[in-house]
Amino acid sequence: MDTNDGLTADQVMTLEAYADTIIPGEKRDPTDRAVAGEVSGGGAVASGAVELMLTPEGGLAGTLDSLAEGLNEHARHYTARIGLDPDPTVPPFVALAFADRVALAQELLAPGHPEQELWVALAMFSAMAWDTGAHMSTSDALASGHPGLTSMGFMPPESDGVWRFPRFSYGRALAAIHPRTTPRGDPQ
Amino acid sequence: MTAHDRTDVLVIGSGFGGAIPAYHLAAGGASVVVLERGPWLTADEFDHDFKFGSSSTRVFEFTMGEGMNVLGGNCVGGGSVVYFAAMPRAPQFVFEREGSLGHRMWPKSITRESLEPWYDRVAQALPITQSTWDDVTYAGGVFAAACDHAGRTANPVAAAIDTDLCTNCNWMMSGCKFDAKRSLLLNYLPAALDHGAQIRPLHEVQRIERSPEGDFLVHYTVVDPVDYRVQVDAGVIEAKIVVVAAGAAATPVILQRSEENLGAMPPAVGRYFSGNGERLNTAILNEDRVRDVLGLDRGDGLAYAANQIGRGPSAASWDRLDGALPEFSRYSLEQLYFPPGFGTILAQAPDAEGPSWFGVDKKEILRRWQSWLTIFIMSEDDNEGVFGPPPETGNAERISMQMLSRGSLRYEPSANTRHGWALADADIRDILERDGLARVMPWTNEVIGAYTVHPLASCRMGDDPETSALDDTNELRDHPGIFVTDGSAVPGALTVNPAFTIAAIAERAVPNIVRAAQARGVDVRYLGSLPATARVSRKAPVTVTGPDGQPVTVP
Repeated sequence: MDTNDGLTADQVMTLEAYADTIIPGEKRDPTDRAVAGEVSGGGAVASGAVELMLTPEGGLAGTLDSLAEGLNEHARHYTARIGLDPDPTVPPFVALAFADRVALAQELLAPGHPEQELWVALAMFSAMAWDTGAHMSTSDALASGHPGLTSMGFMPPESDGVWRFPRFSYGRALAAIHPRTTPRGDPQ
Repeated sequence: MTAHDRTDVLVIGSGFGGAIPAYHLAAGGASVVVLERGPWLTADEFDHDFKFGSSSTRVFEFTMGEGMNVLGGNCVGGGSVVYFAAMPRAPQFVFEREGSLGHRMWPKSITRESLEPWYDRVAQALPITQSTWDDVTYAGGVFAAACDHAGRTANPVAAAIDTDLCTNCNWMMSGCKFDAKRSLLLNYLPAALDHGAQIRPLHEVQRIERSPEGDFLVHYTVVDPVDYRVQVDAGVIEAKIVVVAAGAAATPVILQRSEENLGAMPPAVGRYFSGNGERLNTAILNEDRVRDVLGLDRGDGLAYAANQIGRGPSAASWDRLDGALPEFSRYSLEQLYFPPGFGTILAQAPDAEGPSWFGVDKKEILRRWQSWLTIFIMSEDDNEGVFGPPPETGNAERISMQMLSRGSLRYEPSANTRHGWALADADIRDILERDGLARVMPWTNEVIGAYTVHPLASCRMGDDPETSALDDTNELRDHPGIFVTDGSAVPGALTVNPAFTIAAIAERAVPNIVRAAQARGVDVRYLGSLPATARVSRKAPVTVTGPDGQPVTVP
């Protein structure tokens, strides 16, 4: 079943579950299996992680199906190694409890893991979805209540879509300058 | 042989190392062509936007290596367009450094004193403005106050910024929308154009050959303006002199790829790369303690909560810039800003029970992002970086349409480098964790390795042919007529922001390049003039003609 640019629903769920491991969020609805619901507030998934992974600009879109399959393959091995009894109705990575998703992600992201670079890339897109909402314009993201930028308290632009901060300084000397500062203000 | 363009001087790259020679050589009467692999954007095209495809990805380059990641400019104006414009002169002791060589790293002819007149020229041309406390942002102010509280000093940092025009929007890594940042788009580059130089954007140089007549044939490809992975054209330009200034992450790669035709490169080409000893720490400030301990108040009920406000660095601690201290223990600490994404991903949560750079604890510290304070360490690294074999094209294999690529640089920090980082990390904790002001953690190096926004030394100057690729005139050893004038020529870490020093060395190199051009029959003089400064960055004025005579579309 194709849902998102050739990805199956299972693959999308798997990528969402990984993104939710990087920046966790609350479930979108009570039936949500991909998002573990470990913390309050929207996480990477609600911030557009899969949309960002799918952008043609990012260069990751063509590899997402194999990344999702890879995550599930690692989850199968993890499940067998730990001796878990996963729910067969969802993909193996999605079937993991949040703590197990974190433990597996830590293995995949550790220095020395042969695939570290792949999983770091996927983690970075997940984090950037929350931190920057880079799949959409930042002004639009803020106006629509983007979970990440909003949680961070990222201040909105002025009405023309441009940021300006007229007040920016305490406006007074706050330390003695270095005794060997040159008259021009450089280090000696 | 197909017909191709000819020029007296071909300049590769339009950052400080390229723009400065381009201006002087054009002003002195030489024909000059500048090939720049990035796009040509001006103020109204610089976006306040994180969206992929906005100027934040068009003009910026993030080249991943093994153990070292390089962030830099990728546009007309190079690093000057995307940098934070902090412009301190390098301290005297830097020029006496030995690193691990056991002898002086810099050419004997270059000292702080001998470089001063060249610094002065750059300061006048950009111009650079000495900062006062009124210019120091909230973030710089809180760092300065914490330094003072810890018995340290702190200095406002000089910058190439017109503070009358600056809005403290902190979007300057995407290019300055207000032409407040005095980038090369406002001085050397327009002045070079006025003297007849051509700047061709989206032209990526691949290799240099010798022509049968002993001149140079510079081979380039033309890059698609949106998807930099796509090459839309290719061509050759013949030149009598080549100035390589593609940046320290690209200059050695072009020279490596040229070896097959030009002959062996000096052994220091693609070796001795320095990341300027850079490392970052994130402090998460306790707003109440900032008010109570430091007595700071913005006047609007907030003590700080101003991570987003400002213009990169505005204050620094120079207490460890002391020539009496042993090498590898000297560094500056500079307040800095990085936007979300670059500035957040590697930051670590203090006291995390699970993972520190992602997960539940990370999300919690991100909720306090406005109370973050980023401290930048510039220390003395050990020139550990080595470039592997060059990729097929460019300096790295492109992953994304823009911005992200993987190159061949390998870097494993030595005990010396790690020693300096550990001292600096401890110093930052001592300053900022004192009396509960903040919790501090360094950025993790376990995810992508180390990182630098100031790549240096990959094709460096020196007096020793074994450990330097260039002589003290910036000419490539054994390859007369090729000069290298960018950050790759700087022999090692500077302990401060390097752009001013790179620019001063480029100014200093120009008379040498002029003499070499004259010796090859080019009618050029060194005038020693400085560029007129502009208030507004100029649109790309040239229609680019491909090798087949057809115009090439540029943005």
